[in-house]
Amino acid sequence: MSARSVFPQLEQLLPRVSKPIQYVGGELGAVVKDWDSTTVRWALMYPDAYEVGLPNQGVQILYEVLNEQEDVLAERTYAVWPDLEALMREHGVPQFTVDAHRPVREFDVLGLSFSTELGYTNMFTALDLAGIPMLSADRTMDDPIVLAGGHASFNPEPIADFIDAAVLGDGEEAVLEITGIIREWKAEGCPGGRDELLLRLARTESIYVPRFYDVDYLPDGRIQRVVPNRPDVPFRVSKRTTMDLDAWPYPKKPLVPLAETVHERYAVEIFRGCTRGCRFCQAGMITRPVRERSITTVGQMVREGLEFSGFNEVGLLSLSSADHSEIGDMCSGLAEQYSGTNVSLSLPSTRVDAFNIDLAQELSKNGRRTGLTFAPEGGSERIRKVINKMVTEEDLIRTVVTAYSNGWRQVKLYFMCGLPTETDDDVAQIGRMAHEVIKAGRIAAGTKDIRCTVSIGGFVPKPHTPFQWAPMARPEVIDARLKMLKDVINSDRGLGRAIGYRYHDGEPSLIEGLLSRGDRRVGAVIRRVWEKGGRFDGWSEHFSYSRWVESAAETLPQFGVDLDWYTTRDREQAEVLPWDHLDSGLDKDWLWQDWQDSLSEYEQDDCRWTPCFDCGVCPSMDTEIQIGPTGKKLLPLTPVNNLRVPA
Amino acid sequence: MGGQAPVVQRIRLRYAKRGPLRFTSHRDFARAFERALRRAGAPIAFSQGFTPHPKISYASAAPTGVGSEAEYLEIGLRAEVDPEQLRLALDAALSPGLDVLEAVVAGEGSLADRIDASRWRIELPTIDPAVAAAAVKGFLDAEEVLVERMTKQGRRSFDARAAVTHVSVTEQSDPPSGADGAPCAIIDLVVRQVTPAVRPDDVLSGLRVVAGLEPPVPPRVTRLAQGTLTAQGEIVDPLDADRQD
Repeated sequence: MSARSVFPQLEQLLPRVSKPIQYVGGELGAVVKDWDSTTVRWALMYPDAYEVGLPNQGVQILYEVLNEQEDVLAERTYAVWPDLEALMREHGVPQFTVDAHRPVREFDVLGLSFSTELGYTNMFTALDLAGIPMLSADRTMDDPIVLAGGHASFNPEPIADFIDAAVLGDGEEAVLEITGIIREWKAEGCPGGRDELLLRLARTESIYVPRFYDVDYLPDGRIQRVVPNRPDVPFRVSKRTTMDLDAWPYPKKPLVPLAETVHERYAVEIFRGCTRGCRFCQAGMITRPVRERSITTVGQMVREGLEFSGFNEVGLLSLSSADHSEIGDMCSGLAEQYSGTNVSLSLPSTRVDAFNIDLAQELSKNGRRTGLTFAPEGGSERIRKVINKMVTEEDLIRTVVTAYSNGWRQVKLYFMCGLPTETDDDVAQIGRMAHEVIKAGRIAAGTKDIRCTVSIGGFVPKPHTPFQWAPMARPEVIDARLKMLKDVINSDRGLGRAIGYRYHDGEPSLIEGLLSRGDRRVGAVIRRVWEKGGRFDGWSEHFSYSRWVESAAETLPQFGVDLDWYTTRDREQAEVLPWDHLDSGLDKDWLWQDWQDSLSEYEQDDCRWTPCFDCGVCPSMDTEIQIGPTGKKLLPLTPVNNLRVPA
Repeated sequence: MGGQAPVVQRIRLRYAKRGPLRFTSHRDFARAFERALRRAGAPIAFSQGFTPHPKISYASAAPTGVGSEAEYLEIGLRAEVDPEQLRLALDAALSPGLDVLEAVVAGEGSLADRIDASRWRIELPTIDPAVAAAAVKGFLDAEEVLVERMTKQGRRSFDARAAVTHVSVTEQSDPPSGADGAPCAIIDLVVRQVTPAVRPDDVLSGLRVVAGLEPPVPPRVTRLAQGTLTAQGEIVDPLDADRQD
């Protein structure tokens, strides 16, 4: 049984939708394989629009890793916009992959990568269009295994009824192991059906199958316990960690879209993990330990990635790129290699540190100067101690002065609002800090013609962080502080004119908070929102706060809980959290202690440069910090002046 | 900045937008083409100035969703190359469906001056050729056929008739894709370049206005040729003159 392309039907609809190119595939790097000569078939979905989903590193890496296996086929699918969704429903066209336009339901696995919980409603649309039953319990041998991954899968409980399994952590090796289990099970003639397959996955102790766990609740609504409902599955499911990134140099053949997407660059992760210890940062907590890719592997990946793709921009990605042990040599080496080629290099810089400016200067020797972004995250010294962002106001002023005196005219500062223990004054200090930046910058630059942009994001407490116990501030409180901050910025009109101000309202953050720390009961809210038309919740023009509030009010009271209970409530140490059975390696007692340290404004140093502080990850996951320096340097490239004509 | 190497050779290319990749917009193509130049190792020249741009100029591009066998562009190079080698390298560097068909060294005159008309093929699946022929006759008999289209300035009305120098319904020679033996009328259309531009969908609107022709499935349109329109109604390949130089 070969999965037929739905392109002939889809083609009739494409002239009627916006940006049809996003649905036709044909990217460089895309792989189309013969269906019948493969045994395990994956549909990989990034549950957002193509323009956001295509550049996603995780999907690109897994796509390539899987397709390198001869008997494995991997194709991609993305969320379709409402205009095409309506036409697909009218004409009976199912959710399809963009590679060979095959119906998603025909695949063995539908793997969804959730960078954010706001993609959940898009999963429902895809399942529904695909003809896959919404509930895991209703699926049959005709349906794929619906598998969640990505950072949000460290608490997949809100979607536990709708997915069949979840993988925590790095995916490279996990997808190959899952492929092996499916291959073997199919070769044996699929004994025991779906249940047996899911059981085999669960027995790995690193794949979470929600249906094998029961959640009991206390009369007050809190969780009493989460326990396996059969003897042969583990009590706790562990995250995956890919060690030795040099052995996994993906993407080698990056996908190069025809459609315009949010990032058009060759992106290479220079390391994974972060131990800076910012207490709000889930990514930093769940991706430990730090594992560097060596300078020479990065150099080789950049060279081959650019040759393959034709991109003229390179992004050196990580959670805090300036922390790579050989970042200086890496930046100067790459800048040297690509001087005079119109290739631009960028380093998403988040550290407030003059060293960053040296790097940025090195990288911009070659061409255009991109803006500089610094993330002090908190306005007051006090709140920065609470969140463990060890930056003093003097550091910041010194850093921006260096930037302005080196010719930058625009600096962007990123902060959060709604942090634990935050007061009006902590937020007001953001405005005063921006004033100081402009004053010092004008002196340093010798001109009034400089600007800074203050950008504010809403804080959302995340599972597996010290703030997993923190109550959220109410949206009214956030919005009042944001308005007050605007007044502070404009209190001096001469300075205020040089300061741009961007922010997000408090309402979307509250919903993200519900989904981040939700349990299985929250699934009813998501489903109701979707039924009422919720789509693309990460897009402000599609997000509806009132739809979420209404849906929560309609579905949660039956459980004796409500939206506030999940978001603004204080949690105690003894409370069983919905994700306690999912092991990120972080010791819960350590996390609690770090939360207490936060409240007493006590800072925690980085274990790369100070002794281990016993967060628990390395011993429990059997991993270790992998950092340089290797002492190697990037060698000059031999310029190629010949046309690359195929043989 | 400054200091960009001068143009020492100009090359004109004909390329096609085929199959699913006919949904590539002009902007999409332009980005893909710049990447293809880099992948191919083409010695493209850049403009002077603070943000140097590659030296590429496009002749009028077919609308998004319309296939084409006859799109043209010209590039300026900072080193001389063999046109056929360049063609092969660029064709390999672009996705299949964006196909580079011809490359010639540019002679005198500009490409734009050699293009004033296009020939289009419009497939109308499920439409009986006789019905289409009657509609076409109605269109040709009219002095003026006012049609409407959304433009950047809003909805505007203009004549779709005057720019059309030829339109006929041909017998189906090779079966178009997706039509399983069902009738399919094929319109052969020649339109002069005018302002505002009259595009194949405007002519289809005209057929609806004069004869109520409403295709139930989207027509499939392909640009077959662009060039100079002769008094005999033929279209002269704009690269012909370069080949003779």
